[in-house]
Amino acid sequence: MADFTLPANSKVGTGKSFPAPAGAKRVKTFKIYRWNPEDGKNPRLDSYAIDLDQTAPMVLDALIKIKNEVDTSLTFRRSCREGICGSCAMNIDGTNTLACLKYIDDSPGDVMIYPLPHLPVVKDLVPDIGHIYAQYGSIEPWLKNDVPPPTDSERLQSIGERAKLDGLWECILCFCCSTACPSYWWNGDKYLGPAVLLQSYRWLADSRDDKTADRLAALDDPFKLYRCHTIMNCTSTCPKGLNPAKAIGEIKQMMVSGS
Amino acid sequence: MTAYPITDHVYDVVVVGAGGAGLRASLGMSAAGFKTACITKVFPTRSHTVAAQGGIGAALGNMGEDDWRWHMYDTVKGADWLGDQDAIEYMCREAIPAVIELEHMGVPFSRTETGKIYQRPFGGHTLHYGKEIAHRSASAADRTGHAILHTLYQQCLKHQSEFFIEYFVLDLLMDGETCRGVLAWCLEDGSIHRFRAQTVVIATGGYGRAYFSCTSAHICTGDGNAMVLRAGHPLQDMEFIQFHPTGIYGAGCLITEGVRGEGGYLTNSEGERFMERYAPHAKDLASRDVVSRAMTIEIREGRGCGPKKDYLLLHLEHLDPQVVHLRLPGISETARIFAGVNVNREPIPVLPTVHYNMGGVPTNMHGQALAPTESDPDRLAPGLMAIGEAACVSVHGANRLGTNSLLDLVVFGRAAALKAQEILKPGAAQKPPPQAAEEKALARFDRMRNAKGRLKSGEIRSAMQHTMQEHCAVFRDAQTLKQGVDKMADIAASMREIALSDRSLIWNSDLVEALELENLVAQSVVVLDSAVNRTESRGAHAREDFPKRDDENWMKHTLSWIDDKGKTRLGYRPVHNFTLSNDVQPFPPKERVY
Repeated sequence: MADFTLPANSKVGTGKSFPAPAGAKRVKTFKIYRWNPEDGKNPRLDSYAIDLDQTAPMVLDALIKIKNEVDTSLTFRRSCREGICGSCAMNIDGTNTLACLKYIDDSPGDVMIYPLPHLPVVKDLVPDIGHIYAQYGSIEPWLKNDVPPPTDSERLQSIGERAKLDGLWECILCFCCSTACPSYWWNGDKYLGPAVLLQSYRWLADSRDDKTADRLAALDDPFKLYRCHTIMNCTSTCPKGLNPAKAIGEIKQMMVSGS
Repeated sequence: MTAYPITDHVYDVVVVGAGGAGLRASLGMSAAGFKTACITKVFPTRSHTVAAQGGIGAALGNMGEDDWRWHMYDTVKGADWLGDQDAIEYMCREAIPAVIELEHMGVPFSRTETGKIYQRPFGGHTLHYGKEIAHRSASAADRTGHAILHTLYQQCLKHQSEFFIEYFVLDLLMDGETCRGVLAWCLEDGSIHRFRAQTVVIATGGYGRAYFSCTSAHICTGDGNAMVLRAGHPLQDMEFIQFHPTGIYGAGCLITEGVRGEGGYLTNSEGERFMERYAPHAKDLASRDVVSRAMTIEIREGRGCGPKKDYLLLHLEHLDPQVVHLRLPGISETARIFAGVNVNREPIPVLPTVHYNMGGVPTNMHGQALAPTESDPDRLAPGLMAIGEAACVSVHGANRLGTNSLLDLVVFGRAAALKAQEILKPGAAQKPPPQAAEEKALARFDRMRNAKGRLKSGEIRSAMQHTMQEHCAVFRDAQTLKQGVDKMADIAASMREIALSDRSLIWNSDLVEALELENLVAQSVVVLDSAVNRTESRGAHAREDFPKRDDENWMKHTLSWIDDKGKTRLGYRPVHNFTLSNDVQPFPPKERVY
């Protein structure tokens, strides 16, 4: 008989509750997943009531306010605060996105914040992304040529050729898409997932790259590419408005046509 | 003190930081056969280089004639004659092969009709020594830093560079004046690591977060600068802090100068294009310090916009929406999200915002850190290099030109690796660092981890940031600066009363932030001391009580040390007013008008 119990850490308990400061008029509650690997306890959901009149508009602003003023142990990644570094990817109200680009006012009720789903949690909102980084490296995401470049000038690329890279190279590797993909949840060990496949296509689409056939051959197995079932969660969740599903479709077409 | 087990590593070279400079140096060091470790507190593509927008400067001449000598002149003038002209010559000459190398690596530069790298105009960049506006900024739309940083990381993957990601470096391991490695803390499992190296390369970026409002990322805490101070070596020209003219009002997010390069302009509350009054020739494309001062004056004189009359307007609604879509997609998105503005219809509210630190670890143009003395101002600090924003080469002098920071990263990242090939041998024997060095670093770590005072990091940080914002801004005078010095002394003392609530070791971000704060406080102290000391106006350092540049007394770099008791000492180094070759003559100082 298969054993269908879930890991012990799957059960999220109710945690501490931090009330709003006295006199707060516009109060919003943030319910945040907490887990400390060093205390041997199950995860919990802590509740922080925040005065929105004293808080800047983004969810990241609220997280920083909580960390600065209420509970300094709250742990999350953040850096640029303007949607370009990809650090603060997390699940907010059931959707993967960047906390720095997510307006608090978009949440109708309490703001529910969890780490990116289906990744091992290191602590609180910090997931272990090591496996996806390794998958990114596995597609050899660098320019490959048969012919050395001209010694004292750039390779030429027409405006039209360069335009084919738009919507691909802007990816910030936040992995909101991959961790929103049910197929990736199920087969993430072998399926590359939308973020990494978007980058695969970025090199397939680059007129300067000569290794199209090799790159396609490397993707040609039952899992790496073909576990995409066009569920489209990737495209609907991308905080940068990119379209990984379309890129995956393009790769599948190239597989058929051979180039 | 808790006993911390230590894991040992021995490398030829340890690079601290994985932004543009750290990655370029790591690549070069590995390629030269050095066993190289790149240690970084964030995953490489999260480094702040990723946020650079407008481009990288090089006299490629893809959009009309250009000459590296003109680029050099613009940089010397932009630096208000505080830059070292030999290093500036080196950077501007090397710019051309450096940008071509980036293209060969795969950077997705925007292109011209003929398929070459697209170049846009940028502030302070001219042709024929100031005559016309140059098209010199090689760009990938308005996400050039992202394009370059990701490409450099990809190249590191290709060359199998060794990374230690989400390791926080605590301190340099010093043996007297010689650096022998670093002590680092792995956030993922909480372990402590000792890295020995023949040379340590500081590539930790700037310290913009010393201020309340900055374009810099939260991680920009100048950790390497502070480590150098604690190691007893000086920092240089710390009073020179660049305010970018166009940070979004409120949020502080950067709106690239490339907007003005593509034809955008600033107006005041009267709808006037006021830059025409301050810089009749270059107008909105004057140097950043000039534009930031003009904006500050406009606001002071009551011509700011909005209910509080405290911002100005940046217009690009007159530009062809197709051009905006093609060339400026990133800032269009940023303006929409952070200012609620559709740039095709309405102007962006902007304000001068802290952006770049010209000062840092003094180095020569090979990236070698200096331990100057009065008799030997170019004396080397053994075992130590510094590159990128953390370094003060000095190619930016008193004010950096736009596009020269990305350039600085790749040119001097490469230069450091070239120098290492000359002076080091792969696998050479290394003296171990003295035990006392790591004990000192660990004691500091342990003390902070167990701090039980009464002040949260956030409270002290906020006091520091507001003090810097108020007392060391675009315009300065003796009184405000001195008040700032006194306040910062109190804030530095208050670090003894810091309280942490998280005592764990795995991903203890409470502790990371406290250590970063201590780093920022040390730098803020030397910034204020250096600023109150420099009684002239030059580049980004504008003293209202000393409005003129004073070449006779002040054409020299400020050095600042902090001793064990936290006391600052200042000194000086001469500016290099000579060039590297006979291909160009040094540019003598003259009045700086745009």
